[in-house]
Amino acid sequence: MKGWLTAIHRLASPPVFYRVAGGLMPWCLALALLGGAIGLGWGLLYAPADYLQGESVRILYVHVPSAWMSLTIWAAMAGAALVALVWRTKVAEVLAVAAAPVGAAFTAITLLTGALWGRPTWGTYWVWDARLTSELVLLFLYLGVIGLHRAIEDPRRAARAASVLILIGLVNLPIIRYSVEWWSTLHQPASVRLTGSSIHPSMLWPLLVMAAATKFYFLWAWLARARVMLLATESHKQWVRELLEGARA
Amino acid sequence: MRPGRAFLAALGRELGIAWRRRGELLQPLLFAALICAMLPLALGPEAARLRPMAGGMAWIAALLAGLLGLEALFRRDAEEGVLDQLLLAAVPLPLLFAAKLLAHWLAFGLPLALLAPLLALWLGLPPAALPTLLAGLLLGTPLLSAIGGVAAALTVGIRGSGILLVLLVAPLYLPVLIFGAGAVEASLSGLPARQPLMFLAAALPAAAVFAPWAGAKALRAVAT
Repeated sequence: MKGWLTAIHRLASPPVFYRVAGGLMPWCLALALLGGAIGLGWGLLYAPADYLQGESVRILYVHVPSAWMSLTIWAAMAGAALVALVWRTKVAEVLAVAAAPVGAAFTAITLLTGALWGRPTWGTYWVWDARLTSELVLLFLYLGVIGLHRAIEDPRRAARAASVLILIGLVNLPIIRYSVEWWSTLHQPASVRLTGSSIHPSMLWPLLVMAAATKFYFLWAWLARARVMLLATESHKQWVRELLEGARA
Repeated sequence: MRPGRAFLAALGRELGIAWRRRGELLQPLLFAALICAMLPLALGPEAARLRPMAGGMAWIAALLAGLLGLEALFRRDAEEGVLDQLLLAAVPLPLLFAAKLLAHWLAFGLPLALLAPLLALWLGLPPAALPTLLAGLLLGTPLLSAIGGVAAALTVGIRGSGILLVLLVAPLYLPVLIFGAGAVEASLSGLPARQPLMFLAAALPAAAVFAPWAGAKALRAVAT
């Protein structure tokens, strides 16, 4: 327990984080590429077509993991934002805002693939259904975080203001998660659960592989963006100068 | 100074300033009326078409008009150095922030909440749905003030923050709109409107607790 705490404390130091993140990144990328290749190949080529949805069910191997990521990333940002506001550590501030563009991209992918899937299956690209609307709101929240962060010049102030907004936006997560249960509109409830999933293993497994691959991709992108932002905010510090000199030499 | 007296002093100051600029207080009301006047021009003046939309339209008018006063909420305080004094004051900042929110609601939210039902009647809302609309607005506009106030605190000191503020606030306004307009919709179709109103009534004390705290956090995050 003691060892863990000191390890976390040490990670809050920018140079240590920079080094550790740099060491983790290749593994995350390798796992993401491997998982993505397996999951996409399996889902798009080998998994069976659905007897109701036909071949269009394959869109869901991208749609569902992206939708999970759109929520997971906000939760991850909120965790970092809380740490940033309570302990005021630079690494947490950078982590909180660095994930926003990745989250916005996953949310946009969710909405786009959902529209493409909805056209053949529901007969429409878009309906004003509770889950669709709350996912759209999530996209606007992501854009709001990015916009607020860019509008404030001082990087630390910008990160702290964005952190407050991230924590406020947390309200939207349960609304999206439970929207299909509270309001029974068009979008179907979840069929993948921790216990007793209602989809066949031949479709479940590629989906889970894709879910893992998107998580590792996010980790890679998150760490990469955080490292660059950390370099920018710490550019006047000794460790950055030494790093740059080492890179030049 | 005791916290209670500081709260009242801050509230009195805000209301005094609002009263001295009472011309500005009319602008959101005129804007809301204009939005409602545009609706028949855009959709056609048939009463049968306007009637089912009247309640929702009054909500949208109140919501959009409420955005007008937000940008100015902290601008003058920031320019004149009042904000720095508030941050340094020996009184808890959330308390002063709560006074600010209450004053903003009294000056902007309450007039809109009282005007919007009249606008809805003007568009042909059946009078039977009027109490539901008014109750929803009276419960919902303080929530709008609370959300808007926190967002305004986040954008203090950003030049030309108007559009950004709208982008931040609008997604967070949607739940209020859903329940407020949903209550009118329910009462129009003869269903009980209690449930959506209860949601608003439950959100109000939660906002009263969290908004001053979040707003104070936001001011400190941006200002220090």
